[in-house]
Amino acid sequence: MSALLAPALAALAVLPPVAAVDVTTYGWVTALKVAIVLGVIPAGALILGYVFLLKMMSHMQSRLGPMEAGPHGVLQLVADGVKFLQKEDIFPSRADRRVFAAAPLVVLMSTFLLYVVIPAGPRAVVEDLDTGIFFALAVSSISVIGVLMAGWASANKYALIGALRAAGQLIAYELPMVLAVVGVVIQAGTMSLSGIVVAQANYEVSVFGLFEIPKVPYVFPQIVGFLLFMIAAQAELSQAPFDMPVAESELVAGYMTEYSGFRFLFFFMGEFGSAFALAAIAATLFLGGWYVPGMSMDAVASDIIGPLVLGGKIMLVAFFIFWVRFTYPRLREDQLQSMAWKVLIPISLVNIAVTGVAKVVF
Amino acid sequence: MTVTEPQQLAYIAGQAAEARLRFELETEGMTLNIGPQHPATHGTLRIIVRLDGEQVVWADPSCGYMHRGYEKLAEVRKYQQVTTLVNRIDWLSSFCNEVPFILAAEQLYEVEAPPRAQWIRTLLFEMGRIANITLFLGEMGVQLGAITPVFYAFRDREHVLNLIEAATGGRFHPNYDRVGGLKDDLPKGWVEETKAVMDKVREFCDQMEDLLLGNEIFERRMRGIGVIPARVGLGYGLSGANIRASGVDWDIRRDEPSVLAWKDCDWKVWTHTDGDSFARYWVRLQETREAAKLVDQLCDGLPSGPIMAKMPARLRVPKGEAWVHTENPLGEMGYYVVSDGGPSGPFRCKIRSASFNNISILPWILRGVYVPDVITILSSLYFILGDIDR
Repeated sequence: MSALLAPALAALAVLPPVAAVDVTTYGWVTALKVAIVLGVIPAGALILGYVFLLKMMSHMQSRLGPMEAGPHGVLQLVADGVKFLQKEDIFPSRADRRVFAAAPLVVLMSTFLLYVVIPAGPRAVVEDLDTGIFFALAVSSISVIGVLMAGWASANKYALIGALRAAGQLIAYELPMVLAVVGVVIQAGTMSLSGIVVAQANYEVSVFGLFEIPKVPYVFPQIVGFLLFMIAAQAELSQAPFDMPVAESELVAGYMTEYSGFRFLFFFMGEFGSAFALAAIAATLFLGGWYVPGMSMDAVASDIIGPLVLGGKIMLVAFFIFWVRFTYPRLREDQLQSMAWKVLIPISLVNIAVTGVAKVVF
Repeated sequence: MTVTEPQQLAYIAGQAAEARLRFELETEGMTLNIGPQHPATHGTLRIIVRLDGEQVVWADPSCGYMHRGYEKLAEVRKYQQVTTLVNRIDWLSSFCNEVPFILAAEQLYEVEAPPRAQWIRTLLFEMGRIANITLFLGEMGVQLGAITPVFYAFRDREHVLNLIEAATGGRFHPNYDRVGGLKDDLPKGWVEETKAVMDKVREFCDQMEDLLLGNEIFERRMRGIGVIPARVGLGYGLSGANIRASGVDWDIRRDEPSVLAWKDCDWKVWTHTDGDSFARYWVRLQETREAAKLVDQLCDGLPSGPIMAKMPARLRVPKGEAWVHTENPLGEMGYYVVSDGGPSGPFRCKIRSASFNNISILPWILRGVYVPDVITILSSLYFILGDIDR
């Protein structure tokens, strides 16, 4: 037996020992980050799709949902994904082929870029930019270019109407979203998402100077900002009651009408990937992010438990997003615009003013 | 002159949009085909709309994609065979289609069904109404983007369909009426079960009231949308809940003498003065509650006796003509049947179905509205494709 193993052991001895691999070199770090980004985004989309779209919606509507693929249908979305990959990649005959092909990639790229700045632990962040939240809001707007490309290149009237609605909706709702975030930025004093997490961990509320409540997440002082952010996120994600761009009873499937196969899959992944990312940003800005009360900010354990804590908060936020989606009817396009410009933007401006005054006074 | 009616304002807006298209900007309008394959028309209705942006300048419904020629087919069938055909006109409440035809046939045969048969007919008629309108109550939500209510509608409608199946043998197409009576009597224990199901129907109505009627977004999408003034509605031949929502207190069940058992029950006809989509939804919701009430009363007062009259032993139907119309879930439905005294079936059978008249108002009402409101108006007028095209 040992005679058989000896050559194998000799071969192993030639290889460098695992401990000697320096994981902090550029190549290793990059490979790790690529693996995380490519793994986390589809996994996030799959988890949200399965838990909320397939299961929660079904149970809310007194039915079971998929039950066959895997236990309780957990593999249903994987099976659907494989099905989409096998389908024919159809181009409408009058489509602008190159634009039509590129549009889903632009949408997906915007989703991928969102994940760059979201911190899941003190060191578990792809790139800790100083202007993190600014970057996130900027790249999330890129998706509308992809949507416009899809709508225009499809040479379909429903797709065109859907794309134009999406563009109008995004312009109307980026503003309240940015303004809602400004309140948090003023209070935290930084635009870096990691910095905002640290600021929330150190934030204390003193009640009339009598006693102090430590470690209050910003959802309490910034409750107005939180609600504004969630409403705007709902519109940004095109979820009901703001799902006019894909309103299936009016526009068939909006800008996605002509897409099939893996290009449709890209749109699907973009939709749920963005939902996951925006829920993560909401959790980071308002619910304290990855921080675990009682744990050291720099501990290695925070890098392991932090992502789990963040994941739990993401599911909580996403639950509210999807709960509203399955319950409410959709607004009309002009009602949405008047709500954004006449209600949400004035409220968010007042919110900023109040936050600024409070920052100076206290 | 001050213009106050929202529909008049919308009409003016439509004309202004058309003027913009033609003269001011020299832009080109877009012609959009809604249907014949479109999720909002739940069938094969085609509506051609001309748009300026999202505003409708001109609209025209184009039907006939599902024409099956039942009037002609009825001429080559015997009276007993026609019920199978007319079952398929309004497929959500098939039983309600057979009743007026069989009443017309009985007039021609000069027989009358015994009281128990008439009561069971009325009972199943009202259950067909519930099965039909519950689906509307849920589906209105889907058309406005709320996907959940329709599943509740399907869930609770299933109980009613099960009862119809238990009594008649068919969930969708009962084919239960015979000239002079009914095919079978009710099964044992059916009456108790029906009363339990009616409680579920009432619970469903309360649920819809919570989920949709009290929803602010729902109200904003429905109120003031698609207003039909009473005189316009009457001019276009609207009937049923569509015209009652415009304040016209007209219900054939109450206003016309009938051999069916409505006259023996205590119930109410609901009207609404607004005439908009919200009013139509509200009237139908109240109608479902009234129908549940009616079913309860009919179950309590069900007379005993035979379910089939003694039929005259002859092959030929006497020469003559009969017109019978009833208040169906979608509106007035009537059959004008002519017999030439021959041994075969009717010489002529004219079917007046409610949806065909109800959608004739579309070119008038869709002018000047936005694309999302087209869908709201379409589904609040509530048509069944089989009822339009026959």
